Amino acid sequence: MTDVGTRPATLDKRGLSDEQLLAIFRNMLLQRQLDNRGFQLNRQGKVPFALGSEGHEALQAGAAMAFHRGKDILAPYYRDLGLAVGIGLTPFEILLSLFARADDHNGGRQFPNHYSSKAAGLMSFSSILAAHIPHAVGAAYAIKYRGETGRAVLATCGDGTTSEGEWHESMNFAAIHKLPFVMLVENNGWAISTPLSKQMAEPEIWKRAAGYGLPGRRFNGLDPIETYAVVSEAMERARSGAGPSLIEGTCYRFLAHSTDDNDMTYRTREMVEEYRKHDPVPRFEALLIQNGLATKEQVDALRKDVLRETNEATDAAEALPYPVPADLYTNVYEGAWQPWQ
Amino acid sequence: MAVTETSATTVMNNVEAVRATLYEAMKNDDRTIIIGEDVGPRGNVFLITKDFIEEFGESRVIDTPIAEASIVGIAVGMAMEGLRPIAEIQFADFIYPAFNQIVGEAAKTRYRSNGEYTCPLVIRTPYGGGVRGALSHSVSIEALFYHVPGLKIVAPSFPADVKGLLNAAIDDPDPVLFLEHKKTYRLIKGEVPNGHYTIPIGKANVLQEGTRLTVVSYGLYVHWALEAAKQLAGEGLSVEVIDLRSIRPMDKETILASVEKTRKLLIVHEDNKFGGIGAEISAMVAEEALFHLDAPIRRHCAPDVPAMGYALPLEEEYMSSPERMAQAMRDLVAF
Repeated sequence: MTDVGTRPATLDKRGLSDEQLLAIFRNMLLQRQLDNRGFQLNRQGKVPFALGSEGHEALQAGAAMAFHRGKDILAPYYRDLGLAVGIGLTPFEILLSLFARADDHNGGRQFPNHYSSKAAGLMSFSSILAAHIPHAVGAAYAIKYRGETGRAVLATCGDGTTSEGEWHESMNFAAIHKLPFVMLVENNGWAISTPLSKQMAEPEIWKRAAGYGLPGRRFNGLDPIETYAVVSEAMERARSGAGPSLIEGTCYRFLAHSTDDNDMTYRTREMVEEYRKHDPVPRFEALLIQNGLATKEQVDALRKDVLRETNEATDAAEALPYPVPADLYTNVYEGAWQPWQ
Repeated sequence: MAVTETSATTVMNNVEAVRATLYEAMKNDDRTIIIGEDVGPRGNVFLITKDFIEEFGESRVIDTPIAEASIVGIAVGMAMEGLRPIAEIQFADFIYPAFNQIVGEAAKTRYRSNGEYTCPLVIRTPYGGGVRGALSHSVSIEALFYHVPGLKIVAPSFPADVKGLLNAAIDDPDPVLFLEHKKTYRLIKGEVPNGHYTIPIGKANVLQEGTRLTVVSYGLYVHWALEAAKQLAGEGLSVEVIDLRSIRPMDKETILASVEKTRKLLIVHEDNKFGGIGAEISAMVAEEALFHLDAPIRRHCAPDVPAMGYALPLEEEYMSSPERMAQAMRDLVAF
């Protein structure tokens, strides 16, 4: 797996402003903090389940910066906390999802991290891997069919999802119809306990693009600037009507699959410690400081601000009520639910 | 039947009714998209959408790759994003790869997003036997899907019902699995009102009133049940025949009212007996009307083998017939 590597003397911002770079960094810090909060709340017995995105921060913060709010559609998967907050979901909304409160977009029905927000352009999705990819392609078809320009659908998934038939079917259809669609694979090397080597014989997923007649590209998902540049280029290509792309960002998964998974049953602590040496958060922090975009004090202040925001969101969400039992019976069909239906 | 503009009727068979309804839907709403294998220049294997592609274009009549999961999955995404897709599965037997998209995704979209996203999708598919379709072109799939809240299932038997219910399915804000019995496609003719009309999903039709026995059925077997009932009428036995039309939601009130009148119930369907639609109707009647019954509820259904064979004796053994149905009716009347 590639790494950030040696930086040129002058930071290549790839068109990003200083404010955008700092916004990316803040998103990364927020992801780390919200992830941490989910696991804390789980250990405190306050939430039954949490999923972490640690290791994906750079990839998701960079990708989110390439998303046009109010225009584009995001079809994410369950490890996309940074994309969700990056496109506009608030920490409060994230905490509502964790606590399964009634005011959550899905009314506390789904697992945490299964966000849904029509206002933010984030499509509702299930836990079934790859099932959301055809939905993203269908939405892209609708955009093209209506002749809308300047809009695209960004779908994401992990490396394991690319083994599913629906993933292949969706890529094939998107390519045939030259849809405004970008498939972003977040390759962290693990599908719960199954390593990439047992998932596929060809570990470079982007190479499959040629088989569909698409452009494909791999990038370093530990570098948010490179991520932004590649995702942005693919999204612009899609928005302009030039068709879909398959892009693959490499990263690591520092945490277990979820709070219900013990990753020490299939990998070693040393392996995870080795991963941690490539942690994108301190690396990007160092890059910003080295290039004079932020001071250590500013970074510390940002961390405090993110913690304050997370605490406030936690308190506010926790104070709200669960759905009531009667909510179980709504939205099965349009209108009132009938027992014989 | 809510008829908005009916100047006359036209005689057509079931497949013509499907075609006419789809054509009007395409004419009336450009959000409507037909998506499936061979639906383009070929006009689907039954020629239902023949010439549609010339009139409505390739972007509205989509010949897809042979990939059922994504035919439905892409249609789900289209529906979530404001289109009104009508997805076609070429034969019901081919629907299994799309099972998760129907059950896990389409049926749950409204529920899992608490109403933020909806899935106004129609999935049409020909099903059923009696056409020498062998193991993979003959199956009944309804029982595999009727367990699923969030999904509606419709299986009309007459051309006028095909049109009214298909229009209702297209208008419906939730996903509808629309089952078309392929043997009835050309076999069954009838008068169909011109113009746009709908028949509410979830309303059964009492085809024939009777006093000695209630027969509940749907699909091809409704027609055979009517023939059988005619035989019994010749023997002085009056049979009430109910065409379910909608499998889910199901018209509980019509079934119960009939059973309370005739006091005997026979459920007839082409699908396997074990865990079939008849099992649910039996349970419902046992729960709600047990003390109105003068005889055990009986189910006259397919034997529990995987499918009908290609060889004629195997197909005939699997399927019922008006004669066999008549005998099942006599047996229950005599109980």
